Amino acid sequence: MTAPLHEPTAKAAPSPVAEAAPGAVDEAAAVGGDTGPVQGRSPARIAWERLKRDRLALTGGAVILALIVIAVLAPVISNLVGQDPDVFHEDRIDPLFGTPKGSLGGISGEHLLGVEPVNGRDIFARILHGARISLLVGFLSALVAVVLGTVLGIVAGFFGGWVDAAISRVMDGLLAFPQLLFIIALVSVMPNDMLGMTGSSVRVFVMILVIGFFGWPYIGRVVRGQTLSMREREYVEAARALGAGRLHILAKELLPNLVAPIVVYTTMMIPTNILTEAALSFLGVGVKPPTASWGQMLSNAIDYYDSDPLYMIVPGVAIFTTVLAFNLFGDGVRDALDPKSSR
Amino acid sequence: MSNPVRGDGERDGGVGSSDPGRTAGRAEDAAPGEVLLKVTGLRKHFPIRKGLLQRRAGAVRAVDGVDFEVRSGETLGVVGESGCGKSTMGRLITRLLEPTAGTIEFEGEDITRLGVRGMRPLRRDVQMIFQDPYSSLNPRHTTGTIIGAPFRLQGVEPEGGIKKEVQRLLSVVGLSPEHYNRYPNEFSGGQRQRIGIARALALRPKLVVADEPVSALDVSIQAQVVNLMDDLQRELGLTYVIIAHDLSVVRHVSDRIAVMYLGRIVELADRELLYRAPMHPYTKALMSAVPIPDPRRRKDRSERVRLEGDVPSPIAPPSGCRFHTRCWKATTVCTTAEPPLEELRPGQQVACHHPENAVDRAPRDSGVAGTAQVVPTRR
Ligand SMILES: Nc1ncnc2c1ncn2[C@@H]1O[C@H](COP(=O)(O)OP(=O)(O)O)[C@@H](O)[C@H]1O
Ligand SMILES: [Mg+2]
Repeated sequence: MTAPLHEPTAKAAPSPVAEAAPGAVDEAAAVGGDTGPVQGRSPARIAWERLKRDRLALTGGAVILALIVIAVLAPVISNLVGQDPDVFHEDRIDPLFGTPKGSLGGISGEHLLGVEPVNGRDIFARILHGARISLLVGFLSALVAVVLGTVLGIVAGFFGGWVDAAISRVMDGLLAFPQLLFIIALVSVMPNDMLGMTGSSVRVFVMILVIGFFGWPYIGRVVRGQTLSMREREYVEAARALGAGRLHILAKELLPNLVAPIVVYTTMMIPTNILTEAALSFLGVGVKPPTASWGQMLSNAIDYYDSDPLYMIVPGVAIFTTVLAFNLFGDGVRDALDPKSSR
Repeated sequence: MSNPVRGDGERDGGVGSSDPGRTAGRAEDAAPGEVLLKVTGLRKHFPIRKGLLQRRAGAVRAVDGVDFEVRSGETLGVVGESGCGKSTMGRLITRLLEPTAGTIEFEGEDITRLGVRGMRPLRRDVQMIFQDPYSSLNPRHTTGTIIGAPFRLQGVEPEGGIKKEVQRLLSVVGLSPEHYNRYPNEFSGGQRQRIGIARALALRPKLVVADEPVSALDVSIQAQVVNLMDDLQRELGLTYVIIAHDLSVVRHVSDRIAVMYLGRIVELADRELLYRAPMHPYTKALMSAVPIPDPRRRKDRSERVRLEGDVPSPIAPPSGCRFHTRCWKATTVCTTAEPPLEELRPGQQVACHHPENAVDRAPRDSGVAGTAQVVPTRR
């Protein structure tokens, strides 16, 4: 039996798709008996099976899950160890130098990661609460970017013409925009309370919106390109030949094929956004004290880099670990969904 | 291959047994031989847009004035080199594209300007089989979803439910009902094309346009798929328009054959007439390209014509007869006057000033204009 022509999976030999590919199941088997499971393996299921064998990605995923649990349960956990992120422990501070008493930044059974210089707030509790800010901004700004990018990307790719031209120019403009400078300027002129929110809530809310707004063109471009190439696929024409309207084509034919690239770009965008939040807080335009954030802790720690290095290392490691975990997981997801091998 | 339609005793008389959604109020079926589809002066020009302001800078004249009829129950083959506008023509008559000019009548009704909504009921009667089995099936849908789509989109509830009907259709096209939950990536090209056929035939259409249905398939599988289509035509009384880029695929299944060149029909004839005595030089050239399997018949081919060069650009087609730049018989008149499509023999229409196998239409004209060569057969 000859192998089928144009078999796109043929090259990706080790992939599970190739094993199930019908090289040996051609015409004859179709009419008579059959091999393999009766339940088909969906592209999503194939991707999941590939992801399950990717150790690095799984490790990244496990760390992300742990971070989410930590962020959600931050108040509970800090209560368990009997610490509050905002309570001062001046008795722990050397009054002469302003640094924590004892070695290693004041680490003790009580203060697991030591205390801050000057006012002596518990670093462990602040790191836990900082995770909330990082993940909240990281996820929600990615959500804003995904929603905007997907909707505008689909509209541009599907309708084409001047609609596409207009949206594409806006995306080009935003991508060329000095966004960090803009965000710094914007956040620093923000009022202290708006929409019934005050202080750090306002800052977090604005950061989510602004980071998301500058992020959507990255997803928008990908979605537009995919939509454009799929619009001419024959399965879309087949649906039209059966009387399908635009809504059906968008929702049932195009969207399912956009899920993979959207997921990939989202997992790559979250760590970038976490870093942006850290940078903004580091520069003093992010969340304000007393609310804890990793970037802001890092910024404070700069002044004590030689006298209390642990104060700097702890939030640094937290940021590094989080971003690395998301990137490892994102790479794994991208490989698992590789459109070249599952088409 | 065993006949998949009749090979299975479990099925009660093939695809025709259950009659999904044949509702009252639909036009009477055309009797065999009556005109089912009539196309007049059909044109499709794709505008070429340039620059920031998307100014119109010319047009691709993909289909540029074609007239033909398709009769109920017949198979019309459409051949021509790639880029001649065959796919565009197929998408115009299935109303996937908006015609620039001309009219399309289906069962006497003018469907040229019907919108998505107006076309919807007609979609049951006119269906399409696509060229590329790898892009014609949505990779995220199961076979069941793909073949069930016609029923859902048209709001038709087949007897026994959609799932049962889809499984029946699967066995009709030679697949197993157990393939219901499989995804396209688990099938070969030939099997995918069978799924595409099942989808096209699910609602029992009257007219099926097949755009190069087997050209993407392995040669060993092409015949199986063509035979399946042939069997289903007999079973269901289908009318086919089968598009192909050479004559080898359509020669056995077509009743009549239309030869297209650069957006025009240059010859339209009954199959027998066309094969026995092709009149247009382009037809003759296409036939020379088809291998003749029977060695005894090779001697029938007195000369082998080789087409030189590529099809000229449809943006600015040659003046006069569009084929004159590649025709070995071309004279001055061919460069200035476009020959009309005329019936030179009952059942054979040709658009040529100097037809083969017929009286010359412009005998006094002289001056050689063509560049093509006539190469004597070696054997
Ligand atoms: N959507 C389109 N936009 C612009 N030009 C097109 C489009 N579709 C087809 N064409 C052009 O029209 C001509 C005929 O194409 P087509 O109908 O696909 O030919 P065939 O099927 O005979 O190979 C080609 O020159 C092609 O480039
Ligand atoms: Mg074509």
